[in-house]
Amino acid sequence: MANLNAPPRSLTDSWLSRAVFANGWQLSSILIAVVLGIPIFSVLSSIFEPSSDTWQHLSETLLNDYIINSLILAAGVSVGTFLIGVNTAWLTSVCVFPGRRIFEWALLLPMAMPAYIIAYTYTGFLDFAGPIQTTLREAMGWGYGDYWFPDIRSIEGAIVMFSLVLYPYVYLLSRAAFLEQSVCVLEVGRTLGCSIWRSFFTIALPLARPAIIAGVSLAIMETLADYGTVKYFGVDTFTTGIFRTWFGLDDHSAAAQLASMLLGFVFLLVLLERWSRSKAQYHHTTGKYKQLPQYKLAGLRGWIAFAMCLLPLLLGFILPSLQLGQWAWQTHEEMLNSNFITLTLNSLLLAAGASIIALIIALYLGYGTRIYKGIIMSSVQRISSMGYAIPGTVIAIGVIIPFAAIDNHVDSWLRQHWDISSGLLLSGTVFALLFAYTVRFLSVSIQTVEAALGKVRPSMDDAARSLGRKPLQVLREVHLPIMKGSLLTALLLVYVDVLKELPATLILRPFNFNTLAVRAFELASDERLADSASAALMIVAAGIIPVIMLSRSINRSRPGSQRNNDSTT
Amino acid sequence: MTALLEVQKISLLYDKTQAVNAVSFSLNEGEIGCLLGPSGCGKTTLLRSIAGFEIPSEGRILLNGEEVSRKGWGLPPERRNIGMVFQDFALFPNLNVEQNIAFGLRRMPRSYSKSRIEQLLEMIELSDSAKKYPHQLSGGQQQRIALARAMAPRPEILLLDEPFSSMDIELREQLARDVRKLLRLEGMSAILVTHDQYEAFAMADQIGVMNKGEIQQWDSSYNLYHQPKNRFVADFIGQGVILEGTVNSPQEVDTELGLIVGSVPDGYKQGCPVDILVRPDDILHDDDANEFAEVIDKAFRGAEFLYTLKMPSGSKVLCLTPSHHDHAIGEKIGVKLDIDHLVIFKRHSKFQVE
Repeated sequence: MANLNAPPRSLTDSWLSRAVFANGWQLSSILIAVVLGIPIFSVLSSIFEPSSDTWQHLSETLLNDYIINSLILAAGVSVGTFLIGVNTAWLTSVCVFPGRRIFEWALLLPMAMPAYIIAYTYTGFLDFAGPIQTTLREAMGWGYGDYWFPDIRSIEGAIVMFSLVLYPYVYLLSRAAFLEQSVCVLEVGRTLGCSIWRSFFTIALPLARPAIIAGVSLAIMETLADYGTVKYFGVDTFTTGIFRTWFGLDDHSAAAQLASMLLGFVFLLVLLERWSRSKAQYHHTTGKYKQLPQYKLAGLRGWIAFAMCLLPLLLGFILPSLQLGQWAWQTHEEMLNSNFITLTLNSLLLAAGASIIALIIALYLGYGTRIYKGIIMSSVQRISSMGYAIPGTVIAIGVIIPFAAIDNHVDSWLRQHWDISSGLLLSGTVFALLFAYTVRFLSVSIQTVEAALGKVRPSMDDAARSLGRKPLQVLREVHLPIMKGSLLTALLLVYVDVLKELPATLILRPFNFNTLAVRAFELASDERLADSASAALMIVAAGIIPVIMLSRSINRSRPGSQRNNDSTT
Repeated sequence: MTALLEVQKISLLYDKTQAVNAVSFSLNEGEIGCLLGPSGCGKTTLLRSIAGFEIPSEGRILLNGEEVSRKGWGLPPERRNIGMVFQDFALFPNLNVEQNIAFGLRRMPRSYSKSRIEQLLEMIELSDSAKKYPHQLSGGQQQRIALARAMAPRPEILLLDEPFSSMDIELREQLARDVRKLLRLEGMSAILVTHDQYEAFAMADQIGVMNKGEIQQWDSSYNLYHQPKNRFVADFIGQGVILEGTVNSPQEVDTELGLIVGSVPDGYKQGCPVDILVRPDDILHDDDANEFAEVIDKAFRGAEFLYTLKMPSGSKVLCLTPSHHDHAIGEKIGVKLDIDHLVIFKRHSKFQVE
């Protein structure tokens, strides 16, 4: 290095600065992962706290209910989403029947409907004064108490609600699996004498099993994470238990202990999902793809298939949307006031903030992984994307405990030394909300950014360098244009998820700070169902955006099908 | 005249293992060179160090007499004035054909780059596709665009990293010849990296056969085939078998096929056991010959049969025969040697360079 004739070393090219640079990037990435892991860590550390009287009381009385109800919900939702999801996926992948092209994407629409919103809608729809019972009474001449009508606000009702809006997870993954199955496998089956229906049970279904299990696990995770629906239906589960213990009994460590039990369930599901996804890779049989066989379902059979696909769409999206629309129309004059505008702005700004933060972190980690491959960066990514599985309630508890502790320490220290009170710095501020959202939804951005970075092959970097571009110019002229679409997708997906988020917002929001989701929940809890409709409708409308993007990307990703590259448009 | 490219005792580490070990060669202006070798021999790493993507751990690289790489330092690729064609073409999917080719021309005046693009598109016969996007084109078309893009700024040297490996095997030789024609037309120097000797033969003036991070022989294709310097080259280039023999005199080697006449290099004493390389074209089928060999395998090549023959001693040789000589497996046919130069190695002296 003492060679004075040496040409100047360029910063990124010397191994020394490379090493420092690498460590700097990796260290900061590790730091990010640690910070994002704080909520989980602080919830789990509650296990080591001594169990309080509340815990004693809980374990003797309600804990059993929580566990049993959660298990019943999980089991019911598995069956429900499996039946609806696999059935519609198979029909739309290999059969031809009226309306199939529309069903392919329309079957995803119920995803836009948060479970708590569909729950209010059906409650209003089916209750005594609702259109169904009124019509029945008028038609039959019944009066109050003359007839039996199922109560939607029950655990069975909750299972139906969850199944109606969560089946798209199973539909999505199993359909992808059916489409990925090489047509050869199915055709071999047929040459060996299987009918198309037998080959479904003997070949397609077993091959798609990992994907189906992954889809069902996701649906169960969402079910366990739900607070709005079960609270509204009066079904005691972990999430309602955590709320009650935290706010009602004011026992924070017992609430955290409940939360860690819930985490235990969720981790099992994550393991199941990971395991089945890793198996799914081996099921990718050959590289030869053709258009899948198309079995024409003629006449009545076609219309049966039509009805089978229409029903979940109708019940999971169309009916509730119409009901919401009608309510919103009735109430829009009193509901759409300046208050509503503030509410909407709050929601939109929060969502924008969280999605931008998540995107920046995802890009930072994604590039780190791309440049400094290896176990460190990949574990950082994995830890940082754990949040997708963790219920918002748990994350909120995990955020508020350490934040409140920090606030208290800072406050008492300031009082002691300067006699000033800092008040709330972290907890009960928008910052805490943004942090929780980032933890919860970062995985969405990370996955999208990863996929986008995968589109930029390393040789493209090299090609641009050899054509005279410096590294930063490569980023601007090659990476950004290619990734533009995907980055926008990442932003939008998180954006919509934040708009829909309820339990973490309920716990962490600053005093007197409302969002659309919280407002809808509060109005519905006050039995002002019709009044809650405008907020609910806004959320549903926003939720349709990612559904459209999803269905577009599925159509594109099918190997062997006609490609229509979005980067060209 | 100084060489265009001089690689001097370059060593490179790849994943902490020695990928290239003290390699030297040089290339003159207008020449097309080739690094040929099995996968993992270090040829791509060597090419990438010429491009500036890899920093050598030893040695130096001169381009036009100017040092661009030396131990621990390298001029960044964007400042080297090189062009590179990648195995996967690395076309920018968001740019159309014209924009892809224009990518390296941004510093040029508009009118110049416009005419340059037109000229290149004409050369690669894709003038009609200027506005198309890469994914709308076939693999062969994409490959030509990658070539045009790399050639557009008229780099000092064009580096091609396995550019034909994703093409159909039947097309590769033709493509290699086409690329050679384009390079000649532009008067451009180039280095090709490949594992396919027929591609190398079709395109390159000088070929370096690489193995285990070292260039075994840097020579013309003719010499590589007929005068391989060691067993690896003999084995890697073309087909052939090794026959055992004994040096009889400075002009003769005694083998089971009889005395082979040719000049024996210095250093082989009389009675010294040696191995002799016998190519399929060195063995002639002759019904009147005294020696007979049994056909144990045959492959129809259209104009010829490639017979695998078993000599009375049990050793096997290959024999290329016009295809009207159709013999059944198991038949004994007359053979004679027609070797006009000796390729001799010391017995079992694997990879030893004389």
